[in-house]
Amino acid sequence: MSARDLFTFRNRHFTAGVGIIAAMLIVTAIAGFIVLPFAQPWVQFANFWDAICSAAGVPQRAANVTAPEQTKRLSEVVLTSHTLSRPSQEAIGRGATLAQRCAICHGPTGISRADSPNLAGQYAAVIYKELHDFRSGARTNAVMSPFAVNLTDEEIADLSNYYAYLPRLPAYHPTPQLPKPNIVIYGAPMRGIAPCGACHGSLDNKTGSPWLEGQSEAYMKAQLEAFAGGERRNDISQQMRNIARALTPQEIEAAAAYYASQPPDIVKAVD
Amino acid sequence: MLANRKLILAHFWFAFSVFGVALTLGAWQMFIRSPIGTWLSNPELYYRSLTAHGTVMGYVFPTLVAMGFGYAISEAALEQRLVGVRWAWAGFWLIVLGSVMAIIPIALGRASVLYTFYPPLIGSPFYYIGVVLVVVGSWIWVALMAINLRVWRKAHPGAPVPLAMFANVAGSYLWAWTAVGAALELLLQIIPVSVGLKATIDAGLARVFFSWTLHAIVYFWLMPTYIAYYTIVPRAIGGRVYSDTMARISFILFLVVAMPIGMHHTFADPQVGAGFKFIHSAFTALVALPTLLTVFTICASVEIAARLRGGRGMFGWIRALPWDNPMMLALAFSFVMLGLGGAGGLINMSYQLDASIHNTQWITGHFHLIFGGAIVIMYFAIAYDLWPHLTGRELIDLRLIRTQLWLWFIGMIVTTFPWHWVGILGMPRRMAYFDFGHPAIAPQALSVTFSAFGGFILLTSGLLFLVILARGMRAPQADAGPYRFAIAVHQPATVPVALNTHALWVALMIVLTITNYGYPILTLALTEGTSVPAVYVGAQ
Repeated sequence: MSARDLFTFRNRHFTAGVGIIAAMLIVTAIAGFIVLPFAQPWVQFANFWDAICSAAGVPQRAANVTAPEQTKRLSEVVLTSHTLSRPSQEAIGRGATLAQRCAICHGPTGISRADSPNLAGQYAAVIYKELHDFRSGARTNAVMSPFAVNLTDEEIADLSNYYAYLPRLPAYHPTPQLPKPNIVIYGAPMRGIAPCGACHGSLDNKTGSPWLEGQSEAYMKAQLEAFAGGERRNDISQQMRNIARALTPQEIEAAAAYYASQPPDIVKAVD
Repeated sequence: MLANRKLILAHFWFAFSVFGVALTLGAWQMFIRSPIGTWLSNPELYYRSLTAHGTVMGYVFPTLVAMGFGYAISEAALEQRLVGVRWAWAGFWLIVLGSVMAIIPIALGRASVLYTFYPPLIGSPFYYIGVVLVVVGSWIWVALMAINLRVWRKAHPGAPVPLAMFANVAGSYLWAWTAVGAALELLLQIIPVSVGLKATIDAGLARVFFSWTLHAIVYFWLMPTYIAYYTIVPRAIGGRVYSDTMARISFILFLVVAMPIGMHHTFADPQVGAGFKFIHSAFTALVALPTLLTVFTICASVEIAARLRGGRGMFGWIRALPWDNPMMLALAFSFVMLGLGGAGGLINMSYQLDASIHNTQWITGHFHLIFGGAIVIMYFAIAYDLWPHLTGRELIDLRLIRTQLWLWFIGMIVTTFPWHWVGILGMPRRMAYFDFGHPAIAPQALSVTFSAFGGFILLTSGLLFLVILARGMRAPQADAGPYRFAIAVHQPATVPVALNTHALWVALMIVLTITNYGYPILTLALTEGTSVPAVYVGAQ
């Protein structure tokens, strides 16, 4: 009883075992790669080889289909949880100097009096991404774009680190705190809307999503409407556009009002 | 009494303790996403719990049961001293270490990626390394099973390997090879991203690697159950195994065809070619064959017992079966759940029918019915059968054991039937929250409520199981005698070499893996631009 007695065609178990398996494989391969592809009347193949490649999943582009022309720039920023995670004191200092030109809108302490975002204590990755997108043109704004267009990579990183370093102060125009609306904590599962809080704080935070507590209500509302209308398109895979398009005007109002009424010191401590 | 009872008891107690914890989490999940639970406003907690439940129930619990049972088989069936006891302890402690290492990041919310990993979701590296340690610990067991069989063969050249050991080693080889898929995914793809060496991951390739593991792992879970069907039940109810050869054929068929079929889990994945999906679907149909063979053989074996007890007539013998014997009860329950779950499985594996239930609650219902039902109820039976030989004490309270088995069976039916049903209605799986106030899904609220009650029944039964085992540790001492396995009507004097060794079937398993997975894995690995940015769990 050795391997030589087993792995030989004189052993009928070997012959039967290998034969049946090989036959199964050949029959299923012929069915899967030749018969079934041609059984689809709505697909045309040039020849057998074309059908086999299609069934095997060979990456190919159909000759008669051209890729849609990309007219608008897309965001090219790659964020990980390690992006900018350990800034040096020098970087923060350089960022502070650079930030003087931002103060007119975003406030000398990073708290805006002009319905621009409050940047004090915002996550570095968020500022980093938005500045990159303003610079590349993936996001446009008449005021911000000219500021961002001449920034270097290092300046963007320094600014992000500086603002992330600032303490979160109460917003300039706080309103009485509102209760959590459903859209923030539950979303709307039947319309495929995840809760705002699942990415933006209150429940959880995802890399690249800003915390929103105490931000300007007018600003947040304008951004949601811009996402819904397609004017703003620097969200990866349309994740915000898909949500904003499905939101009702009332839900946009409720979410913006809720987040604007929250003091930023309740931002979920995940950082 | 078994010589290595401490080793086996350690495996069983750790397995059943973590099972108790995971079962509690499972019942809580059923409750919290049903209409009777108050929504806890934090889906992250739900996914944390789900990850812990899946990791324990999928990796730790069945692996330890298979290992403990495997050591018992090796000792009792081969009637020789277990070789490599120290290594066995090392494997056990690796699994304990791995489990603790994996569970801490889960509890901290740093690894809520579910036990199927789902890249590009990326959690703490400690979670993945913990899982790898569990697998490495179990590979020690695989090696020990092969070595023990080899030692026995040397001492008994040409003799038929006892059926229990033949099946046990087949199961261990299946596990060794099927775990390679997830190991490749973890070591080559996920862990490098998790520790920060890379920031992007080819999620499509990862899913194909995982499908390599994901289906055959189910058959690895199934192996102890099938071994119990063939080698414990007939003995326990006073019958004989109808055919030793048929049993061996079933086990080698599992070895060959359980592996190259995993892509039926990726029917909806665009990165896999339709031709390969078809081949996998066809081979999945084949895997029903060893189960049908088993059902036939075991029914025949049970009939022998009934006729020996004076059963008469075409179906009259069924009444003559020892229904008060827990083993008989467990077998009957297991077969009913296997039949229903198997029928559901035939739907999942067919390309067209799958489209209507893919990623719905039907799937979750299906694998709970098969694994939690048909398989785990036999784990209970194995524990009950082995317990007196491990503790040197008798399990006296048969009524309590029967109650526990009944509760598990009823609980599993009440849990999974509505679960299947809401799946057909389109309810998606892996959801932490359902708005039952919405008119579109309000009619499903009742079914989900039933399901949650089923979960409570299962929890009761699971806790009862632990109580029975714990009481068994303190019962009056009694010598249970040597541990024996069922013998066949015609005990084989000689067995053809192909049915007495695993080499041919292991070779076919590997060849089929290459034919059915080789091309998809290679093209995905070599195609540029298929990676996506990782999404780090709990990170900012």
